[in-house]
Amino acid sequence: MNQIVLAVVSFAVLGGVLGLLLAIASKIFHVKTDERVPAIIEALPGANCGGCGYAGCAALAEAIVKGEAKVTACSAGGAEAAAKIGEIMGETPGKMNRVRAQVMCSGTTECAKHKYVYEGVHDCIAASKLDGGDKTCPNGCLGLGTCVTICPFGAISVRDGVAYVDYHKCTGCGRCATACPKHIIKMIPFDAKHWVGCMSVDNGKTTRGYCDVGCISCKRCEKACAFGAITVNDFVASIQYDKCTGCDACAEACPRKIIWTDERQVKAVTIEKEHLTEDARGTGE
Amino acid sequence: MIKDLALIMFTAVLLENFIFYRFYGCCPFLGVSEKPDTALGMGFAVMFVMTLASAVTYGVYYLLLVPFHLEYLQTIAFILIIASLVQFIEMFMKKFIPALYSALGIYLPLITTNCAVMGACLLNIQSGYGFIESVVFGFSAALGFTMAIVIFAGVRARMAFCEPPKAFRGMPLVLVAAGLLALAFSGFSGISF
Repeated sequence: MNQIVLAVVSFAVLGGVLGLLLAIASKIFHVKTDERVPAIIEALPGANCGGCGYAGCAALAEAIVKGEAKVTACSAGGAEAAAKIGEIMGETPGKMNRVRAQVMCSGTTECAKHKYVYEGVHDCIAASKLDGGDKTCPNGCLGLGTCVTICPFGAISVRDGVAYVDYHKCTGCGRCATACPKHIIKMIPFDAKHWVGCMSVDNGKTTRGYCDVGCISCKRCEKACAFGAITVNDFVASIQYDKCTGCDACAEACPRKIIWTDERQVKAVTIEKEHLTEDARGTGE
Repeated sequence: MIKDLALIMFTAVLLENFIFYRFYGCCPFLGVSEKPDTALGMGFAVMFVMTLASAVTYGVYYLLLVPFHLEYLQTIAFILIIASLVQFIEMFMKKFIPALYSALGIYLPLITTNCAVMGACLLNIQSGYGFIESVVFGFSAALGFTMAIVIFAGVRARMAFCEPPKAFRGMPLVLVAAGLLALAFSGFSGISF
């Protein structure tokens, strides 16, 4: 009996002392944290994608409270998160310039020519070290899925040797655009209807040698556009989205059919989940 | 004295490495070893807590449990102490060393339930170490843990580039690699002084 009482008492004392110590410590070592920080962390998507330029969602939340970052800084959370954060911070969020990633290459395995057969590490960065990759075109998608691996939202997959961004899933964090060793993933406005699926800056003849679908700078799109929104510079067409009305004239005029719309791309790239994941992993079977 | 301490250190780091010989702390060993720098962060956090925990549990055991003949309750007492200690250190660091606090991040609270820390404290008592010996043992066991986890993180970084058969992908291959590494370390056993 005595033993039990002794054990209970000494553990009660031990626990009490430790509890008291922690209570005192929490008072002494109290660090003032803004209560808005956890609230903002709650409102953010929590993917820690780093698209905002901060180390993670918690770091962004702190920056927002300090006033270093805007309430609209999180592109992944979009307008929804911005509205919530704006409520917490007591300010109305400005208009979001929502963007999405787009792979500016149409050179599938059938269309593009290859310099050699690449059988190395299944990674674009590694492949690009070997004479810029296996595709003849220096600005072609290598299709080994470095962007697939890095995308925190699973929005990218590789189909027929070209990466493909599912715009439903893309949050516009821009990690893929930074990771791509060929720099052919561009951020375009989310509501953009058209994009030019080529970044070959070589002249028409050379580009023809690279690929069956590369931009040959024929300028037909430039002539077709009534708004001056599409121009050919450096032997490749590019769209100025502030002028583009989405009228589809350039896409119809393009002889190479590389001015894409979402509908056309979805049609061209029928998403078979099974197939895609196999492809992206590159089982080498 | 110095020779004894050196022997304790050598044994804890290489001969009886916490992970490869005793299988303590396998959870963080597998969980936090994906990148060498996070592995190092975890290692430092463990080193910090284990050294302090060895010192504090030594005091509690010999000043509280032994006089009251409560040695059989050491497990509960040590869990209590380690958990509060980690909490205390966390608060202390947040106030005075915020840089280290943010560097260790999530790993610090994770150590609360790390069996390697508990194991070191229990082994100190079991081996009948004195105060200095306990602290040295706690520190060097953590050093061995850090070494193991950093080496393994290096191995895993290389493994990320290989394409194993489907059945081996992910954890199976990690476990096989851990086994091979442990086998390599078993080469140290049998050294006598």
